[in-house]
Amino acid sequence: MTTLDRRGFLAGASMFASLGAPAILRAEDAIKIGEVNSYTAQPAFLKPYRQGWDLALEKVNAAGGVDGRKLETIFRDDGGKPEDAVRYAGDLIDAEKVDVLAGGFLSNIGLALADVANQRKRLYVASEPLTDALVWAKGNRYTFRLRPSTYMQAAMLVEEAAKLPARRWALVAPNYEYGQSANRWFKDLLKRAKPEVEFVAEQYPALGKMDVGATIQALEASKPEAIFNVTFGGDLTNFVRQGTTRGLFEGRSVVSMLTGEPEYVDPLGAEAPVGWIVTGYPYGDLDTPQHVAFRNAYKAKFAEMPKLGSVVGYETVNSIAAALAKAGSTDNEKLVSALEGLKLVTVFGPVEFRAIDHQSTMGAFVGKIALKDGLGVMSNWSYRDGAKYLPPDSEVRVLRPAG
Amino acid sequence: MSTKVLEVEGLRKRFHGVEAVRGVDLTVCAGEAVALIGPNGAGKTTCFNMIGGQLRPDAGRVRIKGEDVTGMSPRLLWQRGVGRTFQITAAFASMTVRENVQLALHAKAKRLNHVFGRMTANFGDEADAVLDRVGMRAEAQRPCAFLAYGDLKRIELAIALAAAPKLLLMDEPTAGMAPGERVQLMALAASLAKREGIAVLFTEHDMDVVFAHADRIIVLDRGSILAEGQPDKIKADPAVRAVYLGAGLAPTASA
Amino acid sequence: MTVLTPDIILIQALNGLASASSLFLVASGLSIIFGVTRVVNFAHGSFYMLGAYLGWSLTRHLASFGAFGFWGSVLGAALIVGGIGILVEMLVLRRLRRAPELYPLLATFGVVLIVQDAALAIWGPEDLLGPRAPGLTGFVSIFASRFPVYELFLIAVGPLLLGGLWLLFRRTRFGLLVRAATQDREMVAALGVDERRLFSNVFFLGAALAGLGGALQLPREAVNLNMDVSVVVEAFVVVVVGGLGSLVGAYVAAVLIGIIQAFGILFLPKVTLVLVFLVMGIVLAVRPFGLFGRSAASEGLRTVAQESVLRPLSTSSRILFALCVLLIGAMPLFAGGYAMGIVAELLILAVFAASLHFLMGLGGMASFGHAAFFGIGAYGAALALTALQWPIAACLLAAPLGAGLAGIFAGWLCVRLSGVYLAMLSLAVAQIAWATSFQWVEVTGGDNGILGVWPPPPFASRSGFLLLTLVLTAAALASLRIAAFSPFGYALRAARDAPRRAEASGIHVRATQWAAFAIAAAFAGVAGGLYALAKGSVFPTYLAISKSVDALIMVLLGGIGSLTGPIIGAFAFGGLEAELMASAPFWRAILGVVILALVIVAPSGITGVLGRQIGKRQKSAASA
Ligand SMILES: Nc1ncnc2c1ncn2[C@@H]1O[C@H](COP(=O)(O)OP(=O)(O)O)[C@@H](O)[C@H]1O
Ligand SMILES: [Mg+2]
Repeated sequence: MTTLDRRGFLAGASMFASLGAPAILRAEDAIKIGEVNSYTAQPAFLKPYRQGWDLALEKVNAAGGVDGRKLETIFRDDGGKPEDAVRYAGDLIDAEKVDVLAGGFLSNIGLALADVANQRKRLYVASEPLTDALVWAKGNRYTFRLRPSTYMQAAMLVEEAAKLPARRWALVAPNYEYGQSANRWFKDLLKRAKPEVEFVAEQYPALGKMDVGATIQALEASKPEAIFNVTFGGDLTNFVRQGTTRGLFEGRSVVSMLTGEPEYVDPLGAEAPVGWIVTGYPYGDLDTPQHVAFRNAYKAKFAEMPKLGSVVGYETVNSIAAALAKAGSTDNEKLVSALEGLKLVTVFGPVEFRAIDHQSTMGAFVGKIALKDGLGVMSNWSYRDGAKYLPPDSEVRVLRPAG
Repeated sequence: MSTKVLEVEGLRKRFHGVEAVRGVDLTVCAGEAVALIGPNGAGKTTCFNMIGGQLRPDAGRVRIKGEDVTGMSPRLLWQRGVGRTFQITAAFASMTVRENVQLALHAKAKRLNHVFGRMTANFGDEADAVLDRVGMRAEAQRPCAFLAYGDLKRIELAIALAAAPKLLLMDEPTAGMAPGERVQLMALAASLAKREGIAVLFTEHDMDVVFAHADRIIVLDRGSILAEGQPDKIKADPAVRAVYLGAGLAPTASA
Repeated sequence: MTVLTPDIILIQALNGLASASSLFLVASGLSIIFGVTRVVNFAHGSFYMLGAYLGWSLTRHLASFGAFGFWGSVLGAALIVGGIGILVEMLVLRRLRRAPELYPLLATFGVVLIVQDAALAIWGPEDLLGPRAPGLTGFVSIFASRFPVYELFLIAVGPLLLGGLWLLFRRTRFGLLVRAATQDREMVAALGVDERRLFSNVFFLGAALAGLGGALQLPREAVNLNMDVSVVVEAFVVVVVGGLGSLVGAYVAAVLIGIIQAFGILFLPKVTLVLVFLVMGIVLAVRPFGLFGRSAASEGLRTVAQESVLRPLSTSSRILFALCVLLIGAMPLFAGGYAMGIVAELLILAVFAASLHFLMGLGGMASFGHAAFFGIGAYGAALALTALQWPIAACLLAAPLGAGLAGIFAGWLCVRLSGVYLAMLSLAVAQIAWATSFQWVEVTGGDNGILGVWPPPPFASRSGFLLLTLVLTAAALASLRIAAFSPFGYALRAARDAPRRAEASGIHVRATQWAAFAIAAAFAGVAGGLYALAKGSVFPTYLAISKSVDALIMVLLGGIGSLTGPIIGAFAFGGLEAELMASAPFWRAILGVVILALVIVAPSGITGVLGRQIGKRQKSAASA
């Protein structure tokens, strides 16, 4: 019995000549990673990610691959739509026969991929998606995540927020799951840390369509002493520019998720909001040997500085390679066991994929935005090890029904 | 005197301050063909639309067979036996000639809500019979979109006839036809009126057609009735002649 | 809770007016283009985005010229975009003058896709922050608050533009022609005016206004690749709420929406997601032709060319279809999992497209929100399966039931309208449904969706699911076909062909259209329910505008004049998109070019061309 593969199907059934996809000669025995991401929908974040990925892949293969087998990646663009991500996950598993799934930037796509992984019993290493549900409420045996979650980043910022004298807080977050969870955790944890705080306003502008002037005025009207910001991307840029003109940030502390990541602070140029307390990535100043080596290699290959996505892409490949090496097999059950408790040293420092919830302990940097050579950078930063910003195991077991 | 099918009293309509129809009374009896004539803009179409339910009158009454139907929707009027053709012809362009008539027959049989069963499987013979009456049997299979204007008028008439109307309203049924065709079509309408006892009210610019086929003529000018009576009487009426010739309009001009 | 003090009221009103001006700049051009050419220009948002990008590039090149450089850049960007508008008109739209209005719409959608990738290729993926406007960088103090001077400037731009356009339309010959054409297109042709030049000029003006709107955003917003789609939908809302063809209406609508948005934020922050659509829904429910629109102005959007007569399948076509069904049914014997998966998906999309075709092709009601029913079906099935734990048959029944009920409600609202108004009201309904799925987290899971919607055995395997899908979709497609040739189907087409004639022939036009709306919704629900099972998860994106647009494209590409059109369109578009996305980096541009090429070569869709070819061959065979 013959089985049509994807391309054979093309030629036969749908009458479309296979466009593109230059027939890369593939080593027969390569280990295949299927990577699905929103390349056309989120190009600004996924270009550095993809470069970091390629860099790591090159490094692993140059060192002889894993157990003598090369690593190979087959990329798919989901266009930002979970239903297409699911289709390509199926394509990668069925037609391309990949050994491992990875990728995902948007949370809902991460969850959709995780669900496919669970259904098809295939390992899925989520790199970028932040939603807590990925490893907790909707967590499953086959899904692991590298990047620090919404909870972890909120917890890191709460630590700083609690030190501020401010009591009246206003919150602004994009209106979708990430924004809502960030606000929820921030309120929850800050109230625990400092019971006297009150939350005087919450704004939820539509993602990517923030009506900036009106939102700023609504925040202003609540007369807060400090602001917690979760907006990012274009919304953040507009929020910062108009908020500065309108004096929203004067005399107020601002604590802000992800704003120290070069992806988000770079477009602001010299208008970066100095003094904001942020999570992020001080790519220029982090001088650990691992990071310096990574940065030099990255600069040499791509002629630009790495962004956070570059680190995430890079370390996702490294994590998968480490798991493959530890398991000594591409058997997915063995890979899952290998990833549970897997330890590796990343460019941010040592990281462990926790057995209890499959979340890695990769941390983030917390610091203040400052200006340097007309560009926003992080100052007074310190690395926060993710392991310290996760709830106690007893709570995690409640949060993660899958066990 | 035979039974009155249509009775209209004191019909009025105003558009943005312009009074298009100002107090029109008329009756049409079964078997009678009445022509409503008048220069362009006299208000003929507006009258038709108020009788046919397309427009709601500002004042006045419309009765069909004694029942007050003022302001009723065209569909309810259709249920009461009012059929009509429009000045701007409209048949169902995406169907064949026969399908147009078959659909009208389905409407009559209250079978439009059937979602199963092929429409074309029913009332084929009946449709052909109606098409025979308007002289379109030979064209039954042609798509309406490709018909000549005169043929479209006949299809409209066939659609109306399929519902076995008591009153037939025809707004400029022969406009755009060749003179020979006009006489033919009106002869058909008049004979239908006689044979089947249908009351026919029509407007027409071609005076030859009007004088040849109308039993009675009503002349409308600027929304009011100027004269009414037998063709001979109207022909001789000096006021009518003044309206037509004084306005400088050739009687055959089409609207 | 926010207390409304006078200063908050004033500032929020000013904020609303500033947004209104920006919106009006785009909407005015859209309105003028639609008024004269009847083209529903989806690419208007792309003009806006290009204005912003070009403005950004020009300001960088002209930075040394100070204020002159900045304002020169803004104007320059507007003019260049105007030129691009002319190009689009001449190269693409001019060739589609006689096609039904929806085909130009499809073509402009192709332009959107091309511009998206072109902008990515030229300006890169990162958001670009433009300079502040020289001389207008500061703020004024209003009560205790600061208000940017630039926003004040924008507030003035709206009324100034309105006044300028008024003068243009009242005092110039061009304006006279534009007004005449807006009221009655035939009249202009009858006057012996060079229609081509008029259309080109109108496209220049409309595109330049959009470009100006985009360039003027530079000092307040980062330029990004998503500017196009988000603005074009809102601009359409403004045009429709104001009333097609009315510029004053567009301005009033922009102000209304800007102000409501600004105050809505104070009280119900999360409602900003759909506020504009709620406003549009309410306005259209009360005033079917918008605030200033008149019923006389043709609302356009003819869906079908007059001559398309539906014919039952010929014997050879029947055999061909039977063979296709057999071939698909036999796939488990020879095909791989992916091939089976994608064929199942394409079958489902075919039902989705066919359901829209029922509404749009047969009923003449173009819907921009058909995905609502697809999505409701998907959620219905997903909830029945996961939350209620119903058996699979009941879940697949829940999908059309839920969607059909929603269709009954939406149809009741929509069928009282026609043309663009109907299309936009259906979009409003769909957006409200989308927002509900997005916001009602307890039931729908919000944007994280519902997971674990996998079909139980024996349908869990690819082959089992393909066979289930094949049986259900074949039954659905056959049912839609039977309905099209039933008395009801004919009545529906009669209501489309000649509504007055239909009503005077005993056809209850509204009731027929309403029923068709519900039927189309129910069948979209069938597709949605199956889709949920095929994907194993359900997300708000299933109800999103892009899904509705996908359905439109499938129907139009396949050919709206034929019942097989949507099926062919679904396989062509769905298959092409899936393959391009999997393999080509600039797949959107390629897809856009393919759409443009198809629309130009085959302005009546694939089946239209096939039909003509077959017709030719038969003719030549007959004459031989
Ligand atoms: N819908 C309308 N709106 C405004 N004026 C109308 C409308 N319909 C008809 N009129 C006006 O009413 C008058 C009578 O028109 P009509 O009934 O069409 O005349 P006729 O059919 O006798 O030529 C004309 O002055 C015409 O301009
Ligand atoms: Mg008339």
